[in-house]
Amino acid sequence: MLFSSKDKKVAALAESLEGVQGRSLWQDAWRRFLTHKAAVASLFVLGCLMLFSAFGQHLSPWDFEQIDWSALANIEEKGRPSIENGHYFGLDPVGRDLYQRTIQGSRISLMVGFMGAFVAVFIGTIYGAIAGYIGGRVDSIMMRTLEVLSAFPFMFLVIVLMAVFGRNVLLIFVAIGAVSWLSMARIVRGQTLSLKRKEYIEAAVAIGVKPFTIVIRHIVPNVLGVVIVYATLLVPEMILFESFISFLGLGVSEPHTSWGALISEGAGNMRTAPWTLIYPMAFLVVTLFCFNFLGDGLRDALDPKDR
Amino acid sequence: MLNFIIRRVAVAIPTVLILILISFVLMHSAPGGPFTNERNLPEAVMKNIEAKYDLDKPAWQQFFIYLGNVAQGDFGPSFRYRDYTVNELIATSFPRSAYIGLWSFFFVVVIGISVGIWAALRQNKWQDYTVMTAAMTGVVFPNFVLAPLLVLIFAVELRWLPGGGWEGGQIEYIIMPIIAMATSYIAQVARITRGSMIETMHSPFIRTARAKGLPWRKIILKHALKPALIPVVSYLGPAFVGIITGSVIVDQVFSTGGIGQHFVNGAINRDYSLILGVTILVGVLTIIFNAIVDILYTYLDPRVRY
Amino acid sequence: MNKLRNRRSWAFLGMLMATTVMLNGCGGGDNNNTSTEATAAAKTEAAKPTKNLPKHPVTGETLAEKQVLVRGNGSEPGSIDPQLVEGSVGGHIVRDLFEGLTNSGPSGETLPAVATSWEAKEGNLVWIFNLRNDAKWSDGTPVTADDFVFAWQRAVDPVVASNYAYYMEIAGIVNATEIMNGKKPPTELGVKALDDHTLEVRLSAPIPYLAIMTSHYTMFPTPRKAIEAHGNSWTKPGNIVSNGAYQLVEWNVGEKMVSKRNPHYWDNANTIIDEVVYLPIEDQSAELQRYETGEMHFTNTVPVSQMDRLKREKPDELKISPLLGTYMYQFYIPKEPFGDVRIRKALTLAVDREIIVNFITKAGQIPAFALTPPYTAGFESTEPDWASWTQAQRDAEALKLLEEAGYGKENPLKFEVLYNTSEGHKTIAVAMSQMWKEKLGVEVSPVNMEWKTFLTEKKAGNFEVGRYGWIGDYNEASTFLSLITTTSGNNDGKWSNSEYDALLEQARFSENPNEQYVAAEAIIAKEFPIIPIYYYTNVALVRENLVGYAVDNPQNNLYSKDMYIKAE
Repeated sequence: MLFSSKDKKVAALAESLEGVQGRSLWQDAWRRFLTHKAAVASLFVLGCLMLFSAFGQHLSPWDFEQIDWSALANIEEKGRPSIENGHYFGLDPVGRDLYQRTIQGSRISLMVGFMGAFVAVFIGTIYGAIAGYIGGRVDSIMMRTLEVLSAFPFMFLVIVLMAVFGRNVLLIFVAIGAVSWLSMARIVRGQTLSLKRKEYIEAAVAIGVKPFTIVIRHIVPNVLGVVIVYATLLVPEMILFESFISFLGLGVSEPHTSWGALISEGAGNMRTAPWTLIYPMAFLVVTLFCFNFLGDGLRDALDPKDR
Repeated sequence: MLNFIIRRVAVAIPTVLILILISFVLMHSAPGGPFTNERNLPEAVMKNIEAKYDLDKPAWQQFFIYLGNVAQGDFGPSFRYRDYTVNELIATSFPRSAYIGLWSFFFVVVIGISVGIWAALRQNKWQDYTVMTAAMTGVVFPNFVLAPLLVLIFAVELRWLPGGGWEGGQIEYIIMPIIAMATSYIAQVARITRGSMIETMHSPFIRTARAKGLPWRKIILKHALKPALIPVVSYLGPAFVGIITGSVIVDQVFSTGGIGQHFVNGAINRDYSLILGVTILVGVLTIIFNAIVDILYTYLDPRVRY
Repeated sequence: MNKLRNRRSWAFLGMLMATTVMLNGCGGGDNNNTSTEATAAAKTEAAKPTKNLPKHPVTGETLAEKQVLVRGNGSEPGSIDPQLVEGSVGGHIVRDLFEGLTNSGPSGETLPAVATSWEAKEGNLVWIFNLRNDAKWSDGTPVTADDFVFAWQRAVDPVVASNYAYYMEIAGIVNATEIMNGKKPPTELGVKALDDHTLEVRLSAPIPYLAIMTSHYTMFPTPRKAIEAHGNSWTKPGNIVSNGAYQLVEWNVGEKMVSKRNPHYWDNANTIIDEVVYLPIEDQSAELQRYETGEMHFTNTVPVSQMDRLKREKPDELKISPLLGTYMYQFYIPKEPFGDVRIRKALTLAVDREIIVNFITKAGQIPAFALTPPYTAGFESTEPDWASWTQAQRDAEALKLLEEAGYGKENPLKFEVLYNTSEGHKTIAVAMSQMWKEKLGVEVSPVNMEWKTFLTEKKAGNFEVGRYGWIGDYNEASTFLSLITTTSGNNDGKWSNSEYDALLEQARFSENPNEQYVAAEAIIAKEFPIIPIYYYTNVALVRENLVGYAVDNPQNNLYSKDMYIKAE
């Protein structure tokens, strides 16, 4: 698992809770996760999708930038998906291979999803944990700040960030993540408030551990369950947000593309070249479904009080 | 209660001031200005325009001039729509978005919550799966695809509805905007309601109620519903502001003339005063509805007190 | 279209029923005979429903009963104050609401409007315009020469801060520059009302085309009384007073604008359209869908993605007309290696314009080999020699030039192509990049930026090859050629050629400037400061029963008053 390195520490803490001797909380969670069929299937599909987006380009003779000049004259006819000419998903309106572009777009969209979610989770967890742990005036100032930020029009911020930082794809993820951590922070703060009263935290305070260390060592690992569940739901949100930005023409730069960019392009062509909408849309929908199932499965596994 | 309101207002004022300051700084750090255009203006012309809108003054001075005007309820002239003031633009566009938004919100609450509860009560049965798959489709379907698709089907092909416009908000003009606006929210609310309802139904007090032999209907309506709605309410608070301030896609596709168009276009056109105006509007609404959500909590959860 | 037809037939049916009821009602108390006769008459009417409808006074065509024109107008105008408006969107509305000294006719010819005649004296330095005495504002007061003086002074007044103030400078009106710079009061402008109906204009340069320049909205008259009474909101419905064929009655930002016939307009008797609705639909697909529901008479444009389908399904409604504009890319000369003319030439030659206009833009655009469109008024163009080559010849030459400049397989030329984010620009940038890549083996990366960032970066010289487009302000070659003079504010590429500058300066004072224009184009053809791609066209879907849509006007000046709706 992703956090196996922390297993030991978490396991140590977990012993004070319930559980069979010698089996960690994470192993328990994994066992519970495996019983959730839809989530396991989703994990498998997502795995395949990632492999596909990493290696799928070798299955087609075309390149994602290359224009098929011979078909350009009549995209509506010659641009249809076909196995014979190697355009499995057909052509986009400029005559480029949609299969290759979908793969390209998958990479960017998945990266946007993961990077954005990671940034959001990172900032949100730390922020929420600090606010919740310190409490008092600091907490109320930090929560007011959240209120200011949540009242802020996102689009505006994204446009400014993109204008200032140029067209670096990575920075788009960071920008999107940087404005999406607000609810994460609220959730973590809530969790922290209840953890704060736990005996082991009080013990740590008593032996003089520094507040920052307590937050990082004791609070954060204990809210990880909720954080992971939320993160899996944040990934699809990021992907959708990116597609909205692409729709407004502010997304990734050519020749790169993303599902959102492909879909908004396809939406304009849905009457004459429906495949330009259908294929990227299918990828987007399947991915988002999978992440949602995965999130449900993880919630059941990591937050057992639900069952 | 009065105490609560006073406290909230006391916090709200500095919040709004900070919001204005951040927006102002960000705005001025974006490349280009409201009068940057393909046609480069001669220096003299540019200077005259900047002088007219105080853009030639140092930024801090512009900020205080702006604050002074806002304090008097004047959001200044729009830079993009030079015949209009921001007050006029908001006064005509916000009611439209709010009208569509209130209807959408009505459907979001009614359909979303009832579908969610219904699915929760049939957990893991085929009805649950069908409804939740539909809900998930609603969540993942981008509304920039949904909106033109609606027009294509209901206006171009079937000719049942007009393709766009407002015409005083007549029913046939707002049906599609409402659908486009509400779909993803309905789906979200249904998902959240279902999850929290399931959780509530497993909690000890419901088990007790069942053990006591109370009728189902009573258990659900009297005991389960209130606590199950807490997460729904915390989602709906901010969502409400989002719904009534419209969407750029709805305004673009259906020409409704709502306020949603101004968020994106204002930023793209660097219409400083318009962006600040809508930012303040959203900020104030957010603060108000966060407070309302907090009041609702006290009603839904007897443990919370203010 | 069905919808329009249905509505009309319902309306007709309703009318018919009303008439019948009325007639029967009359017949009740009257002699039975007349009643029957009357009903019979009503029946014959029903058999020939068109009989009721009005006819066109000149052509005799049967007109539709409801003369409400619904036009697609692209986006929301920034202003409809003639001195503040800019761009085609506002222009369309302002040309319906106001009227200048002259109009631009269906094929771009200069037609008298408020002025009935004009003459140039002292070698084009003094112009006298004679105004018609039946021109009136929509409040019934006469349009006088004073109104023009007031408007033109507004145009250059620093307090009004018009974006188009420099238009008065181009027109060469005495003191325009000094007033813009705040060195002289607006009253010093070289324009004077000799009497109520005679306007005298003094120029500092003998501009031979002043008359056609007055058909531009910046030179339209504005109502002093309304402006003084209402200040900034004088253009709002209710406040606005206009002298054109229409007056504004409704304006909802983002939804529509509506204007109604101005009963005081001097040519009101010949105006057929009663009401005009302008729809500011920015999203091209959304606009097309509105058209296809039958709610509009013509669109502002047509999305490229639907072009093939529309050519197939609605060939009679798809109108393509040349537009006075050039789509091009420009080099940033100070940046190496674009100072090398061989590289500029190679890249210019290797663009296959036929592919771009036929398969990418698809709207009948004309491949461009020079800066000025050949159909510009008074411009006798000469194409560069490579225009007549085959694309293969051009490619071979390009490859040779690039090698001479020291670039080849081992040492490929690398650069970025900058364009502003838009579906149309993207497809062209992508296609061009691929052409260069495949033909010349250069490494090109297309880069897109959001509009204002794009402009700022380009102005700052942070680009190598950048997209550029220009729609002529007036129908004369200098509107294009003056773009790339050394001192031009629009010369982002920083190309500079003293000979070229001198030619354009000469042209300003020349009797027949065509000579200089041709020489200037010859320099461009040698120096390649820009890559001309194509000349714009205006594409629109126009309903077949709409007559008078000016297909041939090179500036796409569409006056609603010249149109009418035929009965179907």
